[in-house]
Amino acid sequence: MANNIDAAPVKLTAKDFSSGQDVRWCPGCGDYSILAQVQRSLPEINVPKEKIVWISGIGCSSRFTYYMNTYGFHTIHGRATAIATGVKIANPDLSVWVATGDGDLMSIGGNHFIHTCRKNIDLKILLFNNEIYGLTKGQYSPTSAKGLVTKTSPYGSVDYPFNPLSLALGAGASFVARTADAEPKHMQEVIKRAAEHKGTAFVEILQNCVIFNDGVFDPITAKENRAEKMLMLKHGQPMVFGKDNSKGIKLDGFKPVAIELNDGKNSINDVWIHDEKDTSHARAFILAHLEDDPTLPAPFGIIRQELKPTYDEGVERQIAHVTEKKGKGNLEKLLFSGNTWEVN
Amino acid sequence: MAQETEKETLDLKEVTIRFAGDSGDGMQLTGSQFSDTTALMGNDLGTLPDYPAEIRAPAGTLYGVSGFQVHFSSSDIHTPGDTPDVLVAMNPAALKKNLADLKRDGIIIVNTDSFDAKNLKLAGYDKNPLEDETALDGYKVYPVPITTLTSSALKESGLSIKDINRCKNFFALGLMYWLYNRPLDATLSWLNSKFKNKPAILNANEIALKTGYYFGDTTEIFENRYTVEPAKLKKGTYRNISGNEATALGLVTASIKSGLPLFLGSYPITPATDILQFLASYKNFGVKTFQAEDEIAGITSAIGAAFSGALAVTTTSGPGVALKTEAIGLGVMTELPLVIVNVQRGGPSTGLPTKTEQADLLQAVYGRNGEAPIPVLAAATPSDCFYMAIEACRIAVKYMTPVMLLTDGYIGNGTEPWRIPHENEIPDIPVKFATESEGFAPYSRDENLARPWVKPGTPGLEHRIGGLEKANITGNVNYDPANHDFMVKLREQKIQNVKNDIPDLAIQGDAEGELLVLGWGGTYGAIKEAVDKATAKGFKVSQAHLKYVHPMPKNTKEVLGKFKKVLIPEINLGQLAKIIRSEFLIDVLQFNLVRGLPFRSSDIENQIVEILGGKNGK
Repeated sequence: MANNIDAAPVKLTAKDFSSGQDVRWCPGCGDYSILAQVQRSLPEINVPKEKIVWISGIGCSSRFTYYMNTYGFHTIHGRATAIATGVKIANPDLSVWVATGDGDLMSIGGNHFIHTCRKNIDLKILLFNNEIYGLTKGQYSPTSAKGLVTKTSPYGSVDYPFNPLSLALGAGASFVARTADAEPKHMQEVIKRAAEHKGTAFVEILQNCVIFNDGVFDPITAKENRAEKMLMLKHGQPMVFGKDNSKGIKLDGFKPVAIELNDGKNSINDVWIHDEKDTSHARAFILAHLEDDPTLPAPFGIIRQELKPTYDEGVERQIAHVTEKKGKGNLEKLLFSGNTWEVN
Repeated sequence: MAQETEKETLDLKEVTIRFAGDSGDGMQLTGSQFSDTTALMGNDLGTLPDYPAEIRAPAGTLYGVSGFQVHFSSSDIHTPGDTPDVLVAMNPAALKKNLADLKRDGIIIVNTDSFDAKNLKLAGYDKNPLEDETALDGYKVYPVPITTLTSSALKESGLSIKDINRCKNFFALGLMYWLYNRPLDATLSWLNSKFKNKPAILNANEIALKTGYYFGDTTEIFENRYTVEPAKLKKGTYRNISGNEATALGLVTASIKSGLPLFLGSYPITPATDILQFLASYKNFGVKTFQAEDEIAGITSAIGAAFSGALAVTTTSGPGVALKTEAIGLGVMTELPLVIVNVQRGGPSTGLPTKTEQADLLQAVYGRNGEAPIPVLAAATPSDCFYMAIEACRIAVKYMTPVMLLTDGYIGNGTEPWRIPHENEIPDIPVKFATESEGFAPYSRDENLARPWVKPGTPGLEHRIGGLEKANITGNVNYDPANHDFMVKLREQKIQNVKNDIPDLAIQGDAEGELLVLGWGGTYGAIKEAVDKATAKGFKVSQAHLKYVHPMPKNTKEVLGKFKKVLIPEINLGQLAKIIRSEFLIDVLQFNLVRGLPFRSSDIENQIVEILGGKNGK
């Protein structure tokens, strides 16, 4: 290995993060945008390429690891967060990322997901949510809308879907955000914020499956709808949306309502100011469920960020603490501990 | 407190005692204290904890009976004893459930206070057996009002009746210490460390223990007391150890000997939980224990840790292995080192969680989708778990493969004296990480067919691995038919190569002859005792024991071929027998008893005698 400690760090580019493997997603798939935004964002997070690890499970999204020129591990269905947990605990120095889908993370991997959030393991989890099983060719997923007609729900799905933001908040994730494949700049910002966060960073990315669920997010993200239906959250800023930001969200007790800012009755001063660090879980949940009311827009950006010690730090601290108290482990002493006796 | 007795002390060669009572009576603690003290006196010993799966089953019931058997001797022994010489029965249910196992002229010490109408009824006795002249005919019965004696000794203690009653096991323990001439020191010092913050409880238990001891001395009912001289064991320092603790120590030792930090991903499961508990306390050895949300996260977190460059382990029992199966396949495909410890218990399904069995062998060797070979090792005794845990780690990192180590509930919880090895007697485990980017390929091969191990964080060696089939050398995803055939065979050959690296199968007794008894895993002690006894009676019988079950030692076929008959006793329906037949086309005789208990050596001895028939094998 060349010793280049003293050399200035080489500025990486998006190209440095491409593994050179042929990308095999369907033409027009939203995953291409995610790959591009990740490759554009990573050079700016100031982590050497060799310290970045991508872990994925199974599904279209999980092919992601093969396309990143970092350490990568394409694992088994649902287990990406559990495997990533082991990678991170064993070497906390690594920046560990999970690429996963709504089937992989919310269905078969649901248990690992909630416990990763609960423990605040320092992982960055990107959920490619297309509300469908793509790799098995079109069955409804745990985020599919009720009533969705698919191959396994020919008369419409009778399942209620998960709200991934709400699930992550409920499980205690310390960073919860949302972006969309159609919003490249916004996605880059969110990815960089997730990278900076110490703890479980959960990012839901609305991602269009061009084959089996095409246009599912158009009512929100399509050009003609985005102004009215996408609420772009900014920390410390009022929650405004609509053409020329003419509308705002007002919190009427626990009930969020849309108000017109130019109707003479309400002003910008009535609008809910977004606070990422809000200690109230209640307000974060209100935000995560905003679109339950069809008259309200869907939130994008950082819903909530909480700074608290991570699990992996806790493990390291405990080892250091016990070692300081008891001294570094001595194998000979350990073997000969307990009640011993001599035979001569 | 030695000179207080005038009663004659009789010298015995060996004794088997079974303590039995309600699952809340503290019988496991009583038995393990007696065993630890006995070990410290220099006896060889074997123990068998046998307890129900319920933590506190309804008091007085037959299914709530918890037992602890200890066999100790002035010579080398290998089992917890077939038939107890002494039964300590704390209630009628304990008497009823254990009486049939006792020697015909055995000693029974009963707590008479518990033989009331309610407990007799719960135990299914129509008549009080202590008052029935025929019920305990032939046994030496010592009735002791243990509850009353304990309560009167503790009436000044200020403790509640409930707390006082909880001390009665220490009265019984004190009495047994007197009867078998054991000192109280070890138990007193254990009490002092256990209850250092609860002086009232500490004091009460000390009083109960001593009261029991002095009761033996002053009462008229015992004519004699007994002693068992220390065994002539090999020179060295010894400790009494269970298989689960030995496994934990073996894993820490392997971590130090390999220079790899130990990572354990595990989910609590009977009877394997102890290993997680022991390792969680070794923080100053840099051990990281991750108590996962489920069995699958236990193994997958370990796979992640292996990818990061740690010595990765997961511990479980049979149902947990079932859940981990898919992940073991991922370990095979990505060729990462990983140790899976299965402390086998009675199955199928939840089965008999607290009982022992050997029925996971086929699961260990074959139980995965696709061709997914892994080495399978099996520990023979509690202390052997230490060495086999180290072996499992050595093979895993050398061959870059998951390795399964089979132990079982009996050797996991059972104890034996262990001659402790010095750190410097245990060889290092060499490990090499790839660091040079020049010519690096993630699926290149060394002379053993192992691929290189790379720690993420190493510059220039960034690469991707995964569960999809891959091309040799490059590791690129590859669906080509010829490549798959090649890789399936290569992975198999790599595991077969482990044969070059393990000791030959040893024969105890004559190297050829009429009958070989072949065993594997935790049945070693029972087979050894059976073969020794049969040999002493003049039967021509030898023993071989497999600790490397897959692949087997190179000379296995040759060894088997030297005997006219091969008998395989197993606590399953003949799983090793199936493998031996299919691997070597050698027919074997089976002996299968699946009771959730270890073999009695007499059962195996009877088989030997029956097979060798009237000829006596001579």
